[in-house]
Amino acid sequence: MKAWIAFWNIMLKDLWAYYLKPPNISWGIIFPIAWTSMFFIKSGSGLGSIPGLLPGVIALSVLFGTTSMLSVTVTFEKKNRSFERLLLAPIPLGLLMLAKTGGSIMFGVFNAIMPILLALFLADLRDVDWLIALFSIFLIAVVSTFLGLFIAVSVSEVFEAQTFSNFFRFPMIFLCGLFFPVESLPLLLKPFAYLLPLTYGVDLLRGAIERKNSLPLWLDLIAICISGMLLFYASLRNIHHKWIA
Amino acid sequence: MKSTDADSDIAALIEVAGLHKRFGSVTAVDGISFNVRRGELFGFLGPNGAGKTTTITMLVGLARPDAGRITIAGLDCSVDPKAAQHLIGVVPDESNLYSELSGFDNLCFCAALYGMPKKERCSRAAELLKLFGLQEAADRKFGGYSKGMKRKLTIAAGIIHKPQILFLDEPTTGIDISSARHIRQMIARLHTNGTTIFLTTHYLEEAERLCERIAFIVKGRIVREDSVANLLATLDDHQLLRISAAQMPENLAELLGNSFPDLSFQMIDNNQLQVSSLELIGVGPLVRFIEEQGALVSEARRIMPSLEDVFVKVAGIGLTDMGRDKEKAGGDR
Ligand SMILES: Nc1ncnc2c1ncn2[C@@H]1O[C@H](COP(=O)(O)OP(=O)(O)OP(=O)(O)O)[C@@H](O)[C@H]1O
Ligand SMILES: [Mg+2]
Repeated sequence: MKAWIAFWNIMLKDLWAYYLKPPNISWGIIFPIAWTSMFFIKSGSGLGSIPGLLPGVIALSVLFGTTSMLSVTVTFEKKNRSFERLLLAPIPLGLLMLAKTGGSIMFGVFNAIMPILLALFLADLRDVDWLIALFSIFLIAVVSTFLGLFIAVSVSEVFEAQTFSNFFRFPMIFLCGLFFPVESLPLLLKPFAYLLPLTYGVDLLRGAIERKNSLPLWLDLIAICISGMLLFYASLRNIHHKWIA
Repeated sequence: MKSTDADSDIAALIEVAGLHKRFGSVTAVDGISFNVRRGELFGFLGPNGAGKTTTITMLVGLARPDAGRITIAGLDCSVDPKAAQHLIGVVPDESNLYSELSGFDNLCFCAALYGMPKKERCSRAAELLKLFGLQEAADRKFGGYSKGMKRKLTIAAGIIHKPQILFLDEPTTGIDISSARHIRQMIARLHTNGTTIFLTTHYLEEAERLCERIAFIVKGRIVREDSVANLLATLDDHQLLRISAAQMPENLAELLGNSFPDLSFQMIDNNQLQVSSLELIGVGPLVRFIEEQGALVSEARRIMPSLEDVFVKVAGIGLTDMGRDKEKAGGDR
């Protein structure tokens, strides 16, 4: 019970102190709008192409939203030493880090709202399986948050976190199936694409929105869950070994 | 004597044995052992870089020792650094609360970290804000607090969950006299109420006034550990004389040493000289000698030996090394 009070308040504090601040809210709106309009307009193949682009645009909005926030909530707090307070709290490290990432996961899901709203206006989304779509968005938010966490605990400066996450983010844009379907990637790049958790997230979404998933649903689910768990576990290990050194 | 030592070991709340910590080539803590008894105010004294903060971080579970054993309330913290965290409160050497939250919210948040229910959190936060004279700043952001206010709120945050054991890392460093005095009163009060306190400081007067037992740490090693009374008793047979004079030549201590080989001399600052001896000190010849060297003596008075003198004796560190910080402590009295 006590641990849950701590868990809940750590998450609420991050929400109030960081995520619900006007700049972040507007960022969570403007950034996805910019992405989405850019891709919808640039694709040039008319409104009919929007459902095809939507999974990638959603995934990117979520990915960028979550990974940028963790460099603040984790790296910045580590740098100014307020993170030590959390490490002193009598709650298990795993629960602490779930609390630290909970806000970011919600923020990630919030980042997906704008592309969906825009697409609802512009295209016919009647065939979408919303339940699976929402679930996929949630999983994408979880896995990209844990990726952001992994990056945040691997560096010591905020700017390093930003640089390091771009190192992951930009290849993902090209490889996860947003521009080119993974199946049509050069043979050499395919293995890389299948190493990226976002690939499975995009495929899941594709299944929900267009029914055009290239992998079986269960495989996508398993892959995304396993990569999420691995990233989280690796982050915990890093904190355990490097921060409590 | 033996039996009381054994009794005290039974009552030890914190037991530390053979603690080591290195950072690269620097040995920060070099095999220290000590016990802190339940309800005791234990002082950990040493100059800058002695290893005080490093010791605290290991005790509270923010760092792992390279070797050694830490037991807090019977829980082995060397295996699981988090084992005793529910029992302890920590006031770090730097204020590390959340600058974007108000004073009140900071305290409530810290209380929540220890699982306090909401109603209790709020009333306890209000109570502590009042106790530390911060009611008016309760709704202001912590980032805008002055240094002394930050320190006070950091201490309040450390005791919000009423910990059995409190670790205080240099609680009065860098703040003004009246705030420092206020903080010392708070510490004394917590001690009276039964909290076990581990206090690091490099202000010897502070330690002398507050602590029951003291360990002197120098370069990662404990050079002496005893009760304050016992420490002061080691110098009971010492005669101490303090001479104030203007225009003292720089090599005065050396000149005096040559002429009065039975006495030892130490320059405290440009205008003060301390003379110590096991024999009674004759003031006349000393003053005459000093004036012959061109200085103008204004005062010569006998003083009671202080912890500072004990420290100088056991640690072999010049008064000036530790004394310089006295100005920062605001003279303390
Ligand atoms: N994280 C670290 N990395 C490298 N060296 C460190 C680290 N922490 C402490 N040290 C070194 O260990 C030694 C002891 O430092 P520590 O901070 O424990 O001293 P201290 O007694 O608290 O000093 P002060 O009175 O200045 O606070 C110093 O030489 C310091 O440079
Ligand atoms: Mg220190």
